[in-house]
Amino acid sequence: MSGPADERRAVGERRWLWPSLALPGVLWLVLLFLTPLYAVFAVAMGSPDPIFGGALPAWNPLAWNPGEFRTILGELFTGQLGIVFLRTLVYVAVATFLSLLIGYPVAYYVARHAGRWRVLVLMLIIAPFWINYLMRMLAWVNLLSTDGYVNQALMFVGLLDEPREWLVGKHSTVILGLVYGYVPFLILPLFAALDRIDPRVIEAARDLGASPARAFFAVTLPLSSQGILAGCVIVMLPMFGDYYTATLLSGSPRTNMVGKLIEQDILSGAGSGRGAALTVVLMVFVGILMTYYLYSVARASREART
Amino acid sequence: MTVESGEARRPYSPPAARFKSWWSNPWGKPRFLVLFTWAYILWSLVPVAIAVQFGFNAGRSRSTWQGFSLRWYVGDPNLSVLHDLSLRAALVQSLQLAALTMLIATPLGVALAIGLARWTGWGSRPANFLMLFPLVTPEIVMGVALFLVFVHLFGFVRLGTMAQVLGHVTFTVSYVVIVVRGRLFSVGKDYEEAAMDLGASRWQALRTVLLPMLAPAIWSSLMVAFAISIDDFVISAFLMGDASSSTIPVKLYSAARLAPSPAINALASILLFASMIAITAAILVMRRSRKKEGTEGSAVEDFARLDL
Repeated sequence: MSGPADERRAVGERRWLWPSLALPGVLWLVLLFLTPLYAVFAVAMGSPDPIFGGALPAWNPLAWNPGEFRTILGELFTGQLGIVFLRTLVYVAVATFLSLLIGYPVAYYVARHAGRWRVLVLMLIIAPFWINYLMRMLAWVNLLSTDGYVNQALMFVGLLDEPREWLVGKHSTVILGLVYGYVPFLILPLFAALDRIDPRVIEAARDLGASPARAFFAVTLPLSSQGILAGCVIVMLPMFGDYYTATLLSGSPRTNMVGKLIEQDILSGAGSGRGAALTVVLMVFVGILMTYYLYSVARASREART
Repeated sequence: MTVESGEARRPYSPPAARFKSWWSNPWGKPRFLVLFTWAYILWSLVPVAIAVQFGFNAGRSRSTWQGFSLRWYVGDPNLSVLHDLSLRAALVQSLQLAALTMLIATPLGVALAIGLARWTGWGSRPANFLMLFPLVTPEIVMGVALFLVFVHLFGFVRLGTMAQVLGHVTFTVSYVVIVVRGRLFSVGKDYEEAAMDLGASRWQALRTVLLPMLAPAIWSSLMVAFAISIDDFVISAFLMGDASSSTIPVKLYSAARLAPSPAINALASILLFASMIAITAAILVMRRSRKKEGTEGSAVEDFARLDL
């Protein structure tokens, strides 16, 4: 029945239908994702506007002027900027570690032992995802305020004699906020990884005489390492760019993270060039994490397709 | 009497001992994990519940409960969400942005998902990468980038609602793709190929076979797009231009420390209800389609596995 014309039509359709479906989305991302990223470079490599004081972007790579980067690199090793970067790094490292300590047992329980509670527990664990981040911080602003429940409770049990100012420049409060904000994002990839482990593998280890602890460290933990890595990357990426947690829970320059400097530079208008250069530095900072995650996701989706 | 006798036969043990035997029962589930998980869930949800509660406070305080009232939602003639113009404007702006984003990002994302899942030519791998890229880019980078491109290059896009919609669609599209793609993989190519064996063209097979099968995923992605957009803070804040296009999260950010009124809690609670409704709807749609097809497992688990 099908003549050569039909064949040709089918082949032609096969060639063009799928890419043309993808085309609008790809175009959108090129125009409104890649181009803006390039604009960050152009502004960072541009020069200050001599008349209005803003930034003059350098769209042509031949006209790039690395002046801003030189200033930033200088400050990174000598000035205030280095301290802010170091602080960001410490906050993120501590908060990620604490999140892992909290998230792993929870994910482990849901994946292996929750039984008939599983769906309910999962629902309660997903819930914070869909509660606005700033609302969750607002909740802690209420709790930690001078006459808030935390101070009331601590004074009631006698741990404190007078209310403590939790919300003024305290590192511990900011780290608490980061952990509280990002733990849920860590639990889900951990859950997915632990859920994939065949329980018979662990039973085999136990049958061969391993203690529960040994079975955990020799079997479960290594098998979930992909999930641990993915989860840590998922929470570290937004944490590095976070500026609102510290602003809401401390509001003091003592606890500023890199994001705060970027926000100030960009939105004040005067320091666009510097803000853009800081953004580039931040991207280089998190570039390794992003690349790792992109590769692992792309690999997983290729595996799912075949 | 008979009811009591069952209790009476058990030897009496003090609560502490009973707890100890429950805790260290080697045949039971690991008790530590049970307690730890429930403690975590309480810790993660109770602060928010308290914040919602204070939105209903009768007094001005956000830390002392003075009785239930709707004062901060509708009652107060000047300060309630209904009557404070800036709070009401933020609510309207958030809903408007989320609705527009949902309507633009879903068709764009569905087409992109189908295209990327079936297209195997030379451009497909970079296109796939490009789609994943926004998911891993810290929001602040995207906010700065969009801000700078609108200010310096696309001058015709004014900061404000239009810039915000463009920005929201840009980071929502990838989530739509992820939601639809999961369903595409599970449907597979068999049905389309069967349709084409029966004489349908590729396009007909797509329209009459694949799209109806994707319907639940499309509904879910509408809801997910809505919830993600209404939740966003960073992009809205960078692209808002002036205070007239503040959204609810932007308002929360600027007022949480400065304006100590429960109306902020009320506003935040409205946001919470809106995204909860959207997400519940998404899960229910997924669950119904599972039931129809008699698939094992639960929709909630599918949702947890999406890795949003």
